[in-house]
Amino acid sequence: MRHIISVLMENEPGALSRVVGLFSQRNYNIDSLTVAPTDESSLSRLTLTTEGDDAKIEQITKHLNKLVDVVKLVDLTDGAHIERELMLVKVKASGSQREEVQRLVEIFRGQIVDLTANVFSIQLVGTGDKLDAFVSAQAEGAVIEVARTGVTGVSRGEKVLNL
Amino acid sequence: MSAVEAKVVNQISGGEMLVRALHDAEVELVFGYPGGAVLHIYDAIFKQDKIEHILVRHEQAATHAADGYARATGKPGVVLVTSGPGATNAITGIATAYMDSIPMIVLSGQVESRLIGTDGFQETDMIGISRPIVKHSFIVRTATDIPIMIAKAFHIATTGRPGPVVIDIPKDTTDPKVEFPYTYPTDTVLRSYAVPGKGHSGQIKKAVEALLGAARPMIYTGGGVIQGEASDALTKLTKLLGFPITNTLMGLGAYPASDNQFLGMLGMHGTYEANMSMHHCDVLLGIGVRFDDRVTNSDTSKFCPEATILHVDIDPASISKTVVADVPIVGCVSLVLEEMIGLVEESKARINTKALGDWWTQIERWRSKDSLGIKPSEDGKVIKPQQVIQSLHKITAGDAFIATDVGQHQMFAAQYYGFDKPRRWINSGGLGTMGFGFPAAMGVQLAYPDAVSVCVTGEGSFQMNLQEFATCMQYDLPVKIICINNQALGMVKQWQDMQYSGRHSHSTYAESLPDFVRLAESYGHVGIRIEQLDELDEKLRAAFALKDKLVFVDVLVDPEEHVYPMAIKGGAMKDMLLSKSERT
Repeated sequence: MRHIISVLMENEPGALSRVVGLFSQRNYNIDSLTVAPTDESSLSRLTLTTEGDDAKIEQITKHLNKLVDVVKLVDLTDGAHIERELMLVKVKASGSQREEVQRLVEIFRGQIVDLTANVFSIQLVGTGDKLDAFVSAQAEGAVIEVARTGVTGVSRGEKVLNL
Repeated sequence: MSAVEAKVVNQISGGEMLVRALHDAEVELVFGYPGGAVLHIYDAIFKQDKIEHILVRHEQAATHAADGYARATGKPGVVLVTSGPGATNAITGIATAYMDSIPMIVLSGQVESRLIGTDGFQETDMIGISRPIVKHSFIVRTATDIPIMIAKAFHIATTGRPGPVVIDIPKDTTDPKVEFPYTYPTDTVLRSYAVPGKGHSGQIKKAVEALLGAARPMIYTGGGVIQGEASDALTKLTKLLGFPITNTLMGLGAYPASDNQFLGMLGMHGTYEANMSMHHCDVLLGIGVRFDDRVTNSDTSKFCPEATILHVDIDPASISKTVVADVPIVGCVSLVLEEMIGLVEESKARINTKALGDWWTQIERWRSKDSLGIKPSEDGKVIKPQQVIQSLHKITAGDAFIATDVGQHQMFAAQYYGFDKPRRWINSGGLGTMGFGFPAAMGVQLAYPDAVSVCVTGEGSFQMNLQEFATCMQYDLPVKIICINNQALGMVKQWQDMQYSGRHSHSTYAESLPDFVRLAESYGHVGIRIEQLDELDEKLRAAFALKDKLVFVDVLVDPEEHVYPMAIKGGAMKDMLLSKSERT
């Protein structure tokens, strides 16, 4: 099963490499990874998605918790949560195709953030599935570049991950 | 981190701060080797007399010596090496300590900050190279980081599940021309690092209920009991329950080997009775163990098929890693054991004595097989390696510190020495590092100058760190080296005999072995060769009578001997080879 794990860690040099290194060292996979400082400047928040059964995810969270730089973590997929990913995608479109692409952007509630005579640059935010769906809805060969941020998320309701 | 009642000293350099902080961290000994990036530090060492520095002859030996010191004393071992090759040479020793959870501080020099990343002379990314084999690491940014980092490093290395911590020190941060006020923090709090204390009382109660209701109980303990200073509590609980107990390779000495409840070591080369009792038990109490593949054998689905598994460990990640625990207890093993003792004392009457009696009858039947019985050679002259360990036990009254290297001699020492006290058995269990034993025995000797420090080795392993003969001469370390010389890489050869139809691919070198007696003598030590059984006791005794001398005892043994019992790959713990011709 796919899990989204959010980690609060010390904003120190080497902290990120320790987290990433742990995954390769113990033969775990990282499907996506996103990291940035939080409102508290001494902390970074890292969110990663990984696959595994319960036993594997338990080992992953235990080993992450053992890292001295890791302050706290949560497996967002344990409960109700909101996940979002941002994608910038370049789509070739000329002539009659331009209207078709614009319509798709509207349906998916994306934004055209740049355009030339032949190319739209589109920004789309949503779950990973939604971004996948948008890409596959484009005409064959129309998508010429995809840049995705990786998944980030928070728990729904009162539950928070902070100090 | 906060500083309470900090000790303030005015205006000293980074190098001096480092030495001073080590002293404030109660360090007495540092094992090291100088080089360009650490010259400022070495100059600061020269100008003081509080910390003794031991000059080894190879950085790997510095780490193993510090490791041996730590295993024997429980105090962290400290290593100082230069950048580049000094740091990379230390890697094997850091990995050795990491695998066995040994507290160690490794101070590595680094090129000047401005040169980092430029492929400067003797530059290597020590933090990167050591990352997977350290508990944590630090890189010094400015001299004023040094005292705080030292305090944090000692706190992290010695608490919880111990382990090595690396501090990488760029040369400019120890510059003698730049001085700062010095403060050593006395209170170390890290918001991201918590040390487990007591176990969960509800879980402990559940575990004790399972123990009291057991018909075929078994206690299985490891290095965690020794690291956690819980041997007395373990012995008390085991006596109180009257249950059989086995120790892992790392856990030998946690429970007295001479006691009848002790079934010997378990696992790949464990005794028949220990492995059979493991396989057939109905309640297994694992304490400070990690259900390592050398214990469980390769297929964990066959491990203790009928047992309810109770697992106590300070490291949550060790629990249910390879074998799922029915009752997991995370906590400091000594505190958990104390709590268990209290509960058992209250309800001792509920132990199922009838079933326990039947269980012991069965165990005694297994024990009577005498799986460690030694078959002397037919001509009565050729020495069996097991006989060397027996003789060693007799002559040292079972009370020596025994460090070993890795291979057949290590297993023979583990099987036959019989450790009654913790911290007497010094061996590289997890990483299995050849070359560990001799420097480790030096570390032990430096920790306890009056104790008998023995290195049991083989002629293969010994040649991996024999340069330390020189260190022992410089510091008058009377280590006794017992070399079980079978003129081959014995364990490799054993596997080749068993699984590769006896094709000894690169495991023999009889024609190129040095004359170890003369080699020892050339360094100013004493060498003794023993070739026949009838001279074994007498010559060993003579070696130990030379109390102030390093003695290298080269014992020629039967090269055909294998280590038994031996687990059958892919089997359960009950599946063992008992000799070249007998299996369970």
